[in-house]
Amino acid sequence: MTVEDGMTEPVISLRGVTAELGSRPVLRGIDLTVSRGEVVALLGANGSGKSTAVRTIIGQVPASAGEIELFGTARRRFRDWARVGYVPQRTTAAGGVPATVTEIVSSGRLSRTRFGVLRRADHASVRRALELVGMADRAKDSVNALSGGQHQRVLIARALAAEPELLIMDEPMAGVDLASQEVLAQTLREQVAAGTTVLLVLHELGPLEPLIDRAVVLRDGCVLHDGPPPRAVGQHALPGHDHVHPHEPAPVRTGLLS
Amino acid sequence: MDFLDYAFMQRALLAAVLVGITAPAIGIYLVQRRQALMGDGIGHVAMTGVGLGFLLSTSPVWMATAVSILGAVLMELIRWYGKTRGDIALAMLFYGGMAGGVMFINLAPGGSNANLTSYLFGSLSTVSPSDVTAICLLAGFVVLVTIGLRRQLFAVSQDEEFARVTGLPVRALNLLTAVTAAVTVTVAMRVVGLLLVSALMVVPVAAAQQLSRSFAATFAIAVAIGVSVTIGGTVTSYYQDVPPGATIVLLTIAAFITLTVLATPLARRRARAAAAARPAGDPAECAIPAGREADGKVGV
Repeated sequence: MTVEDGMTEPVISLRGVTAELGSRPVLRGIDLTVSRGEVVALLGANGSGKSTAVRTIIGQVPASAGEIELFGTARRRFRDWARVGYVPQRTTAAGGVPATVTEIVSSGRLSRTRFGVLRRADHASVRRALELVGMADRAKDSVNALSGGQHQRVLIARALAAEPELLIMDEPMAGVDLASQEVLAQTLREQVAAGTTVLLVLHELGPLEPLIDRAVVLRDGCVLHDGPPPRAVGQHALPGHDHVHPHEPAPVRTGLLS
Repeated sequence: MDFLDYAFMQRALLAAVLVGITAPAIGIYLVQRRQALMGDGIGHVAMTGVGLGFLLSTSPVWMATAVSILGAVLMELIRWYGKTRGDIALAMLFYGGMAGGVMFINLAPGGSNANLTSYLFGSLSTVSPSDVTAICLLAGFVVLVTIGLRRQLFAVSQDEEFARVTGLPVRALNLLTAVTAAVTVTVAMRVVGLLLVSALMVVPVAAAQQLSRSFAATFAIAVAIGVSVTIGGTVTSYYQDVPPGATIVLLTIAAFITLTVLATPLARRRARAAAAARPAGDPAECAIPAGREADGKVGV
């Protein structure tokens, strides 16, 4: 464990991380550093390992080799989960039993509670998180009554409920209608302005492009590019990126409708 | 109310009420994580415990508790490590458990499959005072876990991957859910029987879902249904001389059907109210699966 100056300490640090799903190697030694306040996009085609990379960071997929650190602490010893907000790749926030928007978002606050008891301040944070994603008026509704984009907004509110310093989002724009995309982009802008560090898995840059400081492109479990968000040439050289057009003058749409 | 004069009926009713509370209380988490049939699997494994209880001349209830806890933990570990071959391993566990029960009970002195029947389908009238003590203790544990840890269990059952990032001990909570389900199976064993226990874990929850929008309401309604049908079934079996386990399960299914029929106009009214509450510019999201095109087109 390296002890560094508080300001430059990387929030996420991966060194030579490998991981397998079954017997198939998915990550083949990737290095990734995200510094405080940075917004980093993890790009790549389907099967390039970008979701697996994020899942090794949070510990859902075990890394077979390499080092993972969160806030300068080895992931295995990391306990300060309230600093991390996570939006998993989901098309729905619903489970097998009906649940209200508030019930789902409240579970994001558990990392700030003792023994799962929500106090008044916790309920206020849950309400604030719902306001941030524009879902406060649906607080008492069942998530089963929501659209795809609203599900995603609920999942993001759940991650924001703990007021995290680091947001990790896996394809937050997948299956999201344009109205919700704008709300999500705005929410993220506010979070970034407040100093939140963000690691995003994206299939395409889309409406979030202006926010992104750096892009890491994966291919076949290796880092192919780490630097400014790729422009026309680099991006289009990748397999599976046939509908990303970041060279257009106003890339505010995702290309979902074009 | 003359049935309350008999000690065996008092014990039967107490056991039935405890089952009516505990089975839906843990069942709701199993349904939430889409493992509705886990109770059925544990019930199969518990048969080995009953057989062992007879063979070793100890209490079948406690022996079944021990064996089904072991089985449930094994099932959870198989789910964790088994990955692709997990379902085959579970099948072997279930049928091995059932075969073990039949084997052990026939090895026991004077034992036969007839002894097993009262555990398979319940035998409420033969619940002994020591059974009642065991059932009370075990039910207390189940209630403590399912209500005391409701927020944690909700989070883990709703989205395991997310729960990990809130710092919850996901694996421990999964094991606790499995153990609690196993305990509930043995609580319910004398009342509705090992083969019918899963119905009381799942059907009241499914029935409650017809009315509720929230998890909390689903929980409360499911437990209310559970208690109503277990009391109703026990009393009916006293007057009509029908098997209580089967009566309880059939009543539960009747409750499900009734609530489904009643809930249809309610759902329609809610949909209309939701449509009326929507601001004028906001289109009703319908027909298009992901709902994304609908919003986009109207905005232009």
